[in-house]
Amino acid sequence: MRMGRAIAAPLLAFLVLLALWQVVAMAQLVPPDMLPAPTRVVSAATAERDSLLRHTAPTVLATLVGFALSVTVAFLTATVLDFSRALRRAILPLLIVSQTLPLIALAPLVVLWFGFGLLPKILLVAFVTFFPMVVGFMRGFESADPQAQQLLASMGASRTVVFRLIRLPAATASFFSALRISITYAVVGAIFAEYAGAVAGLGVYMQSAKNVFRTDLVLAAVAVSTILTLALYSIVVAIERFCAPWLRIAAGDQQ
Amino acid sequence: MKYAASTGEGDEFWTATGALELRGLAKSFDTKAVLQDVSLKVAAGEVVAIVGPSGSGKSTLLSLLTGALAPDAGEIFFAGQPVRGRQRPFAFMPQQDVLLPWRRIIDNAAIGLEVAGWRRNQARREAQKLLKPFGLSGTEAMYPSQLSGGMRQRVSFLRTVVQRRPVLLLDEPFGALDAITRDELQRWLLNIWQQNRWSILFITHDISEAVRLADRVYVLPLEPGPLQGEVVVSRDIPRGDGFMSDPQVGSLVEQLYAVLRHVSGGPGSAP
Repeated sequence: MRMGRAIAAPLLAFLVLLALWQVVAMAQLVPPDMLPAPTRVVSAATAERDSLLRHTAPTVLATLVGFALSVTVAFLTATVLDFSRALRRAILPLLIVSQTLPLIALAPLVVLWFGFGLLPKILLVAFVTFFPMVVGFMRGFESADPQAQQLLASMGASRTVVFRLIRLPAATASFFSALRISITYAVVGAIFAEYAGAVAGLGVYMQSAKNVFRTDLVLAAVAVSTILTLALYSIVVAIERFCAPWLRIAAGDQQ
Repeated sequence: MKYAASTGEGDEFWTATGALELRGLAKSFDTKAVLQDVSLKVAAGEVVAIVGPSGSGKSTLLSLLTGALAPDAGEIFFAGQPVRGRQRPFAFMPQQDVLLPWRRIIDNAAIGLEVAGWRRNQARREAQKLLKPFGLSGTEAMYPSQLSGGMRQRVSFLRTVVQRRPVLLLDEPFGALDAITRDELQRWLLNIWQQNRWSILFITHDISEAVRLADRVYVLPLEPGPLQGEVVVSRDIPRGDGFMSDPQVGSLVEQLYAVLRHVSGGPGSAP
């Protein structure tokens, strides 16, 4: 019920905007080649659905593989940094600096180094999502209740056991919020890599549609990428609800 | 020496064995002495309370016992053996309940056993046995956020007791509760202690709580030094109903306040 109400308002606002757009386009206030009506975007997408789908698949693959790689490496990195203060001091500043590297400059380089296949896309997706994930994990570990850690130490628990029983589960909330943020970057990262050079993908599709002035198809691809992001986001939320039921209970209690 | 409960012990509870002894414990932070020459003995099955003004180092003393801090001087003995390292004969109950929000009640209660190397299922079965006597039946699958403060404190106490360590260390066990719940839990603790006779060392700033629960009460002085004014509370004094109106209680409480005034060096203290 709560979820339904949360979605209803933005959905309504979206439909109003869509209707407005439709009216503007139908009144020919803007030339249809510049701003095709939503109905035209939908019909173009339906007509071109085979090639749209063919280009969506590699983007989805790059996003998922890149994201999985990012989560794994981020978890290992954050864990190692959590155990070693010296490494944390040495590595953390480098991670922060890595965030200042502009994606726009990095993407062509990665393509140059790794070709037009899947690999550069995966690496770029991993790169854009890695930092928020590492920070999410590290924040989560640090959010662990010091009293709980002392209690476990008083029971004779080693640092590793304290990590497994307290610090790691304490990071769940922080991990999932980082996951939700990162998954939205991930799709963008993949499309960006495709812009920089690839043989297939939504980014490639958008570019070729733009080159032949098919604004409707560009917008169709934009819509597909948005739907894709929303779908991945919902999957993350569903996993969170399944894996961390206590977070939902705590939130419910506050209401 | 290994003190934690090992799997396969059949009894629901166990009886206390061995005396705890602190000999001349001292601790300073930088140049500031916090504890000096603190000695104490807790016999098997005895309840000893330490009261002290804030800043007298009550929690530092507990940290020395749990091993979170190492003493600068002095030593802790249990059953004649020095207590060192990570394995200690104490089960510690912190002031806050410190239940882990992601663990169900049964798994919160059993965490000490998991730390001691028990398999999760075994640990659960062991904790399960205590749910009923602790008035927690039916809560096992709940999360801590679904329980009241008094119930959470009982889970915390269960988590302490189920480890079957020889001595329970309680840090202001009911300090975080409202007066009515505190009274209820004190009665409950007295009752369950009566049946099990654990050795308990507990720290509180509530003098009447100390008198109500303990066999002996000490005062930790504000100026670092030995424990002051042993006050013996006879087990003849009713601890449940009739505690408040018992003629001896008033004078014991008065006696402790006098010691406290004396050691805190405030106005009205003896020269």
